[in-house]
Amino acid sequence: MNKIAQLLQNNKKQILESWMQNQLADASLRDDLISNEELRRQSDELISGLARATSSGNMDNIYTPEYEPVVEILSDISITRARQGFSPRETGMYVLSLKQAISTVLEEKYSEQPEVLYKELITTHKLLDNLSMVTFDTFIKGREEVILRQTDEINEISTPVIRVWEGILALPIIGTLDSARTQIVMENLLEEIVNTGSSIAILDISGVPAVDSLVAQHLIKTVSATRLMGAECIISGIRAEIAQTIVHLGIDLSNIKTKASLASALQLAFSMRSVEVRKINKNTGFSLTR
Amino acid sequence: MDRIPILKMGPFLLVTIQVDLYDRLALNLENDLISMVSKTGARGVLIDISAVSIVDSFMGRILGNIASMSRIMDAETVVVGMQPAVAITLVELGLTLQGVYTALDVEKGMELLRDKIGVMNDPEEDEEEPDDSND
Repeated sequence: MNKIAQLLQNNKKQILESWMQNQLADASLRDDLISNEELRRQSDELISGLARATSSGNMDNIYTPEYEPVVEILSDISITRARQGFSPRETGMYVLSLKQAISTVLEEKYSEQPEVLYKELITTHKLLDNLSMVTFDTFIKGREEVILRQTDEINEISTPVIRVWEGILALPIIGTLDSARTQIVMENLLEEIVNTGSSIAILDISGVPAVDSLVAQHLIKTVSATRLMGAECIISGIRAEIAQTIVHLGIDLSNIKTKASLASALQLAFSMRSVEVRKINKNTGFSLTR
Repeated sequence: MDRIPILKMGPFLLVTIQVDLYDRLALNLENDLISMVSKTGARGVLIDISAVSIVDSFMGRILGNIASMSRIMDAETVVVGMQPAVAITLVELGLTLQGVYTALDVEKGMELLRDKIGVMNDPEEDEEEPDDSND
């Protein structure tokens, strides 16, 4: 059995205490995000795992089965911390302060044998540096997951397909259209056309801040795909500036039905489906004749 | 299976593609369909591709070809029931099938064809014999 494993097992309490002290002493400790008991429990678990892993004699490669529990605990901790909103520094400090704690204990124990102390310190540092790399890796992965989920959510929220009438769908587009979003918009729209059997789709772009040739191309693609499915597409909500840019850029929208407002697009859709909206004299409500 | 059945329904031809089209099958279909149009003097061709989940540029071109050929033979082509994924693929390939009519399902496609060729559900129209000078 090597010295580190022995040390970790025999002096576990001491190391844990010293580590906890280090962590608590650090000004950046977020006791608002994590309680002391929770911190102690996590740390205890990690040291036990580390003691078990190092007893195998393997001190270099942390991608072996005996380190799996340790890496797992660390990954868990850093992912949880990433989600809870810890900063990278705080998460990194967690592992790095363990290094300090073990070093202190090592120093006490081998103060008479500088050579052993030096060797053991190097090994410990190497091992814990590797482990802190894992922490950072998973921390960033955790953050990226959060970002990815939010992006998905934004995409999901921003492209609702509304069934405004029997056989008429409306799709208000808000925000800039890029290829990824066009893909989602297109898929959602086509899916909904199949599900509802709608024959007219109104694409409202009043929420699109600017139309350049790329956005226009995406719109044309969506309209073509809709047409291939056997439905008609009307583009509405074209503002004056957008009309200007479209003409200045020389984009040809002549074979696409365009309307200024959603209301007029709806009116066109009604007339295409031979639906009429009219006022009833006696009542103030609307009556619909099909 | 080497051929796709072509059904005659009044003045229309109905083709339902139930398998994924490979090149030879598509070419056979093109040949069969055009000779069928000329033989029966059909006024409309309805192709149901609702069961087709994979297309390539060749298949897109064949559909376009069928439409143009039928047009020359005085028949309109309607493609119905295209899957969303298929539509997206064709658009990405730049094949927007200009000149092909499309509809959501067979029922709407039939309606569209009737509109296009001006046959308004007249039972007598069934036996019409168009002057075939277009061979």
